[in-house]
Amino acid sequence: MLSLNKVAKRFGGVNAVNKCTFNVEEGTITSLIGPNGAGKTTVFNIISGLTKPDAGTIKLNGKEIAGLPAYKIAQSGISRTFQLTKVFRNMSIKDNLLMAKEASEKEMEDVLKSVYLHKPIDTTASELSYGQQRLLEIARALLMEHSLLMLDEPTAGVNPRIRQELKIILKKLRKEGKTVLLIEHDMDFVMDISDKVIVLAEGRVLREGKPKEIMKDKKVLEAYLGK
Amino acid sequence: MILDYFVSIIIYSLIYILIVTSLNLAYGFTGLVNLGHMAFFGIGAYVSALLTIHGVPWYIAMILAGAIASILGTIMAAITVRLKGDYFQVVTLGLVFMAIAISRNWISLTRGALGLPGVPSIISNKFYYMVFVFVICAVCVFIINLIVKSKTGRIFQAIRDDETAAAILGKNTYFYKVLSILISTFFAGIAGSLFVHYINFVDPTIFDLEFFVLMLSFLIIGGVASIKGTIISVFVLESVYESLRFIQISPEIIGALRVMIFMGMLLVILIIRPKGMFGKVVI
Repeated sequence: MLSLNKVAKRFGGVNAVNKCTFNVEEGTITSLIGPNGAGKTTVFNIISGLTKPDAGTIKLNGKEIAGLPAYKIAQSGISRTFQLTKVFRNMSIKDNLLMAKEASEKEMEDVLKSVYLHKPIDTTASELSYGQQRLLEIARALLMEHSLLMLDEPTAGVNPRIRQELKIILKKLRKEGKTVLLIEHDMDFVMDISDKVIVLAEGRVLREGKPKEIMKDKKVLEAYLGK
Repeated sequence: MILDYFVSIIIYSLIYILIVTSLNLAYGFTGLVNLGHMAFFGIGAYVSALLTIHGVPWYIAMILAGAIASILGTIMAAITVRLKGDYFQVVTLGLVFMAIAISRNWISLTRGALGLPGVPSIISNKFYYMVFVFVICAVCVFIINLIVKSKTGRIFQAIRDDETAAAILGKNTYFYKVLSILISTFFAGIAGSLFVHYINFVDPTIFDLEFFVLMLSFLIIGGVASIKGTIISVFVLESVYESLRFIQISPEIIGALRVMIFMGMLLVILIIRPKGMFGKVVI
């Protein structure tokens, strides 16, 4: 459903993303892994339109989206979260969710329940803990109409309890047949949940395949641990 | 006599409320710190003055004052809202100096530093003019309040809190930022018109930054993104500021002392309540 073909982006003299080519199949969970600075977040930003690629094509359900403004890409069906949570901090939980969709109270309650966020919906977002803000951001991303959900390190910087809840949420999404593209550092988690793992290094796809194959791959281990 | 004095304070306060509330729409509710807001107030004043001097009826002049301020504001916004934070502020501040330079030097139109005297009053009785200003300002503030509470207002506030997040939720943030300035500068123009028909005179000092600093103080003390805060802060602070006129002290230092006491008060309020009297929002 999503296919990147030779996507490239340079920042000054650095090839942040270099001829990056991969596919995300419908109804699967694909994990993007790689050492720090491998270009994972840049790939996310390019797909969602926050960074313009220098070259390459990106197709979503057969439609070219590379270089479109972020809001149009969102409207064509990509919903995402950020590594550092981006909630509307002065707005209530309710208003945060209403930005994603004109949802009914019932819908909002359901989505909040599904991400284990049990707070009155008129609570201001800045009063939530960081982990709860992350849950709110995920709820908001889920509520927006989308065909692809992209999560940038959902479990980073949250307490173990919320981390566990996030794992349950993702497993549920997998069961429901949602299409998810995920950046994650927790390897056990990645191996547990992914249908496909893509390893990025220096802006290129180093390896892609089933989690078990990736685990044993020499090149992948080298990229992470050095030769 | 004393009644006239109170009436004039109320008229000024009402106009200030409209200026500050229209600024608040851009500043407090959309996060666009438009330091050039008073340029549009001044443009409204000049437009309304010039038109009525040349015989155009006041109601057409007032609407055109708003419209022309808004058109110029929209053009300004279309060019500048892509700039981030500080850069946007610096450019908009530059507008004020442009407005001063133009109003001083386009002598065939504005008579330069001499200004335009003889701007006709809309209603000559001061008390009735106060009622008139009250009605116009109440309607305008009510409309701004409706906008803030609407779906569009929610998008404005989302952009203020996190523009990137608003964009990835499918909102065309550029369009909404320009829209916010369009509305904000329209009401600034209306306020300019109300002001000029009261003082019956306009010259380039209308763009003076001192005036803007006073408006900004009202906004920040009341609390950004709080319309109630603005209304209360203008009335309270304006009465305090006016009453400082009557301190029994030698006339040479009273002017400076008045400003010092006022600014000292602002400092104390902001130390005690950093978000202003009614503010909840951190920008």
